[in-house]
This record gives sequence, structure tokens and C-alpha cells, in this order.
Amino acid sequence: MAFGQGRSGGGGGGRGGRGDKKPGDKEKGQRRTLFRRRKVCKFCADKIDDINYKDVKLIGPFVPERGKILPRRISGTCAAHQRKLQTAIKRARQLALIPYVTD
Amino acid sequence: MSDRQYELVYILPPDTTEQQVTELHEQLEAVVSRMHGQIEKTENWGRRRLAYEIAHQKEGVYVLELINGSGELMKELDRRLRVMDQVIRHLVVRVDHEKRVVERTRSKRQSNSERRRVKRGLPPQRQPGEGRPAGEVEEPEDDRFDGVEV
Repeated sequence: MAFGQGRSGGGGGGRGGRGDKKPGDKEKGQRRTLFRRRKVCKFCADKIDDINYKDVKLIGPFVPERGKILPRRISGTCAAHQRKLQTAIKRARQLALIPYVTD
Repeated sequence: MSDRQYELVYILPPDTTEQQVTELHEQLEAVVSRMHGQIEKTENWGRRRLAYEIAHQKEGVYVLELINGSGELMKELDRRLRVMDQVIRHLVVRVDHEKRVVERTRSKRQSNSERRRVKRGLPPQRQPGEGRPAGEVEEPEDDRFDGVEV
């Protein structure tokens, strides 16, 4: 669990936490030079079973400024939860809790 | 098939008075009870900003009703709400199935964790002071997305 270790170590420096992780020496050629932290599904990690359309605070971070649904490849949400998130966002949009588009 | 549960949310214009809200609620309640349904819970969220304009309004009064009843009842309610011009938006969602699934996964997780804890020779419930403190915030939310723009 090197994952948890790195997090607690870099706690004080805000976003600086990513800098102290160097790419492994062996992988240098194949990997991109910038190391990306492994993305974890927020709903699995926090054990949130119910993704509700009424809970704007929960859904909000997955709807960026433009109003589009944040894709899985960026948020790291697992497939099952992304599906639930999708319906929740679409319902919230119908009730004007979340915008369809913003420009 | 009256063991179904539905959530009904409707939005009224921001200038609706408290009295008008209760009037509308009574109207709906009459329909519900006539068709052998039952309103379990009513929640008034009050005035909220709308994310976009509906019927030239920027704000709305949100009301949530939790209704036990049949599909025919909800169909009738839906039809009525559609016709009413004081309701600017409404949404009907069936929730009983989803609730059961959530309950099942939660209890399953609970029992699994208890079984594992017992296997490790620990008491089944988490003791106070064990693990990470509950109030601890993991990290700021925006860090999760690694600053990638869409």
C-alpha cells in the first residue's frame, strides 16, 4: 500500500504530493515521464451505494463547468458506478439542479 | 401491485405562497387516496436557484413527495401535473427497486466485514478509536481529476 503512504507524506504541500513519486527505473522507456496517480472510483472507495439525483453535492464534481458528464477515463469511476452516475446526472438535469449546458 | 414506491418532485414558480403549496399538495393527496395510494412523506425544499431558466423563471420552489401506489396512479398524477400550469416542471421516479438493491449491498458488505473481522479474532463491530478517524478529510476533491481538461 504505497498509495496510502505517499498521500499522508505529501499532505502538507497540497498538490506537491505528486512530485515526490518518481517513475520506476525499469519503466522509464515505456512510461510517460509524468507519473500519474492511479485513479480510484470515488464511489467504491467511499462506499457510496446510492447515487441519488437529489444529492447535488455528490454529483457536482462529475459535472465540470461546461456541463458535460466527466468521462470515466478522467474521473476513474468504475463502470457500474458511472452508469448510475449517468442516470443520476440526467435526472438532476431535468429538475434544473444541474445545467444541461453552460457557455 | 401497490407495493411500488415512487418519488415525485415538482417545481413551482418562486412567487408561490405557502398556502398555494399546501393547496396543491391537498389536491394531489386527494388523487392519491382516491386511487388507493398513500403519501408517505412530503418534503419542501423551499426556493432554489434553477440551473437554467424554466418558463422564464430563474428560481423555483421544490417539493418532494414519496408516494406508495400503483403505476396507474402515477400515470394519472403525471397527466394532471402536466396539465397544471402552476407546476413548471415535475419528475416521477420509481424508487422501491433501487432502494432494495442498495439495502442488500449495504447489508452484504456489513455481514462480510463482520465475518472477516471474526476470522481475524476481532469483535465484529469496529471499536471506537480504531482505524482512521471519521472526521479526517482525505484530500481536496479537485485533486482527483489530475487537472485534465475536457
